[in-house]
Amino acid sequence: MGGRFGDGPVVPEREDEIFHEDWHARALALTLASGTLGQWNLDVSRHARERLAPMDYSAFSYYEKWMGGLATLLVDTGVVTREELAGRAEPQQSPLAERCLKPENVAAVLAKGGPVDRPSNIAPAFATGDIVRVKPHAENETVSGGHTRLPSYAAGAQGRILRLHGSHVLPDSNAHGGGESPEPLYAVVFEASALWAHAEHPRDEVVLDMWQSYLLPVSDV
Amino acid sequence: MPHDHSHSDDPHSLLPSDPALRVKALEALLTRKGLVDPAALDEIIDTYENKIGPRNGARVVARAWSDPAFRTALFEDATAVVAELGYYGRQGEHMVAVENTDAQHNMVVCTLCSCYPWPLLGIPPGWYKSDAYRARVVREPRKVLADFGVTLPSETSVRVWDSTAEMRYLVIPQRPSGTDGWDEEALMNLVSRDSMIGTALAGTP
Repeated sequence: MGGRFGDGPVVPEREDEIFHEDWHARALALTLASGTLGQWNLDVSRHARERLAPMDYSAFSYYEKWMGGLATLLVDTGVVTREELAGRAEPQQSPLAERCLKPENVAAVLAKGGPVDRPSNIAPAFATGDIVRVKPHAENETVSGGHTRLPSYAAGAQGRILRLHGSHVLPDSNAHGGGESPEPLYAVVFEASALWAHAEHPRDEVVLDMWQSYLLPVSDV
Repeated sequence: MPHDHSHSDDPHSLLPSDPALRVKALEALLTRKGLVDPAALDEIIDTYENKIGPRNGARVVARAWSDPAFRTALFEDATAVVAELGYYGRQGEHMVAVENTDAQHNMVVCTLCSCYPWPLLGIPPGWYKSDAYRARVVREPRKVLADFGVTLPSETSVRVWDSTAEMRYLVIPQRPSGTDGWDEEALMNLVSRDSMIGTALAGTP
């Protein structure tokens, strides 16, 4: 939704307002705890939220999207059945119950994290300062309608390599069972006027992190 | 809050439409299946309400202001430096610190979802996750700053970082004048959460 018009003001909040409703906190915790069952990865879970029906996506508040995504993940992976979700079947003890996150393990699980930098046999094609162009379609190249981390507002734009972050898991592959397929990841800086017809200020910039396969070389003729 | 009834047959449509009841139903189902322990959920919530929050980031900023060697190391490899302070974990596996100067002001967003450096700042505020912030800050950062009561000089450029990968960005605001000789704890009190996202400046003495 980057660049969309018509959303109205941003409303600041006090720093001690962490959860606005009890169910927001519960939704977050339920999502994290379910993730530790190990039945999906981060990219699969992002894709589950993104592919909610557009009418639901726009109508749902933030944590409703999380719950919508979680319901999809649980059914897609067979962890729960549609009948159980609907309350039409007596819930059965899951064979995954031995993986259930226990309170005494929460701190360690949250502290462990899940780094996504990986060795890759794809060498960096670009160096800091190189001019590049973003590929023309902000879509998954392999799976029609699939997950990508390329925002549509940057498609086709010309930018400059700011830094190489190393090689990271490619979400476009990892969200669809295609393996981690790590490749070089860059911070790419764009002049605001390369992205917007009416840039707010001539020297403002936007930086996006982009995988190498999102980028095309630009010859410096 | 009620919403238009779902037109899809997605799994969530099988649950109650009221979001609070929907969460409750999911938690009850997963608990009965042995997949979720409600006490672990309590523990996760307690962690982000009381243990991990923007005071972590404020310590990093205050130390960067007062310790030149720390500052140099932070801009070289933020992940390693903040991990030494014990700030590592979920949604903070790959950290980059970016520095505000007279010439450049940095702001952070995730237009695709809500990526945010949890180990340093905790759970993102509602506005960070809002459609309005995600839609607008990449196109009109100065108007968004105005919503926060911040006006930048015209000679300061704005650089907005859209967190599209697993890199997590922490803004190091400019140290306010009149704070020479202040210790770390005193400096920390000038560092708000919003100043580390880039929608505010550091406080003044």
